Amino acid sequence: MADTVVGENPDPHAAGEDPNRRDFIHIAAGAAAVGAVGALAWPFIDQMNPSADTLALASVEFDLSKVALGQQVTIKWRGKPLFIRKRTEAEIAAAVADDGANLPDPQTDAERHKPGKAEWMILIGACTHLGCVPTFAGGDYGGWFCPCHGSHYDTSGRIRRGPAPLNLPVPEYEFLSDTTVKVG
Amino acid sequence: MSGHSTYEPKTGIERWLDTRLPIVRLGWDSIVDYPTPKNLNYWWTFGGILAVCLGIQIVTGIVLAMHYVPHVDHAFASVERIMRDVNYGWLVRYMHANGASMFFIAVYIHMFRGLYYGSYKAPREVLWILGCIIYLLMMATAFMGYVLPWGQMSFHGAVVITNLFGALPIVGEAITTWLWGGFAVDNATLNRFFSLHFLLPFMIAGVVGLHIWALHVPGNNNPTGVNVQSKADTVPFHPYYTVKDGFAIVLFLILFATFLFYNPNALGHADNYIPANPLVTPAHIVPEWYFLPFYAILRAVPDKLGGVILMFGAIAVLFVLPWLDTSKVRSMRYRPTGKLYFMIFVVACLVLGYCGGQLPDNHVIPGLSTFILIDADLNSMVWLSRLATLYYFGYFLVILPLLGLTETPTAQPESISTPVLSHPAGMPAGAVAAPEKKG
Repeated sequence: MADTVVGENPDPHAAGEDPNRRDFIHIAAGAAAVGAVGALAWPFIDQMNPSADTLALASVEFDLSKVALGQQVTIKWRGKPLFIRKRTEAEIAAAVADDGANLPDPQTDAERHKPGKAEWMILIGACTHLGCVPTFAGGDYGGWFCPCHGSHYDTSGRIRRGPAPLNLPVPEYEFLSDTTVKVG
Repeated sequence: MSGHSTYEPKTGIERWLDTRLPIVRLGWDSIVDYPTPKNLNYWWTFGGILAVCLGIQIVTGIVLAMHYVPHVDHAFASVERIMRDVNYGWLVRYMHANGASMFFIAVYIHMFRGLYYGSYKAPREVLWILGCIIYLLMMATAFMGYVLPWGQMSFHGAVVITNLFGALPIVGEAITTWLWGGFAVDNATLNRFFSLHFLLPFMIAGVVGLHIWALHVPGNNNPTGVNVQSKADTVPFHPYYTVKDGFAIVLFLILFATFLFYNPNALGHADNYIPANPLVTPAHIVPEWYFLPFYAILRAVPDKLGGVILMFGAIAVLFVLPWLDTSKVRSMRYRPTGKLYFMIFVVACLVLGYCGGQLPDNHVIPGLSTFILIDADLNSMVWLSRLATLYYFGYFLVILPLLGLTETPTAQPESISTPVLSHPAGMPAGAVAAPEKKG
């Protein structure tokens, strides 16, 4: 057998040769290896994303009668603080009066609470700058003040001054009754 | 490694091993007969000190991992158990916590040394960049380690730092969720930080190996910045620098022991002895002292993305430094103008560190209440931070590129040996007063 093979294969890398079967195998093997590494990398990247049980976080129901007028209760929702604030007439009026002010993230007060429920301001209590928890009724606008880097929020949770770019986010919620709210 | 090996195996077993795995030869050429400039001063001992720091952190860290529980419900209590109940746990944990601070003191001195003597210039660019990578890895490791005790500062520090990535447009939120493994800093975050905090020191050790390799190819820079020209300019590493480094290490360990045994919490923050509470942020949240300059830069910018970019830019600029400095003269000893700008740079870094620990609206001069320009109070920490930030970037991006083209350096010695052997005639004016030359 061996002696019949000698000299049968021309040099596969001779100049001007068309791609032959060996080149094809090299390219195919290389491509398969790259594809395999990529496919294998994804599970190792994606495992860091929220797991199924984290994603399945239940919504939370809250009894609003616990909140006195002009006060706020903070509960934990999805690992973050949730502000439930019962605003006074004066605080609502102050927020509405500033609807036309020069706001970094323009929104009217009415867009930030449920219709007819102006007293209830329900917000995610994480500063939109770097996630600290703003303190109640602090700052120059009587809403919230973030102690970390000095962001001032008004009584509608809108950013007024400081490094935070956005208003405090309003989560998805609904009133189950006059005294019960379901968040999430 | 530079030049040929002088190792001669003396015994049969050494000869046998040398032809199979020349590891004794590697050690001999690296730390015994490695030719080292004879004029290295004490600023050059910090490389050895840093190696000791890394060793201490790894040994104490492995011990702590035997007792620590990476779970949000148990982490804080397990650290307190280490402090109170584990035999010598208090010692090991205080060594680890203060060891991190000592590590950063040493690395900052080491970096300023490199900046002053031009150790980043050709042919040592790769050596410098590897150092920058080690520094980045150190910062990541220290940050994640600080989260592990799960105190108030741990938790809210983790919240703030991970939220930095949220500043990126479009992908920001996906990245922070990915980092957290949830919708907030929680158990998943603590677990992965523990895993990575264990891994990264070994990666640092690997890059340190490359750093030393990249050092031994061109050889050490030296206080004159002049290249080694002959054997007369060098001494063997052992015993000259093993002893000098050893002495410096002992002095450094005395400083370490002073903190460790007399004031182990001086460099920490009291709030981190309060268990983490996601619903309340401490009124005055600050990072560990070694991050304060970068924290000040972050807060100096009124825009979220801008602040994050500038903060990371402050580190990124170090990587390209070898190509920013246009001066052919390495050592600031022979650059009188450059030396002045360098000293101001050191002050700017210290000012940034000071501002980072203050509230942004605090007054710089307490007596002077406000100094309002348009709508800003110029007598506030945030404005001092802005000034220092401007100088920090100005030093790298404007001063070093332009100064190399315009300044007139003083005369450099012909070789390392000349000023020593032919004084006083051959000694340059700038070098006479340098007290470190005694070493």
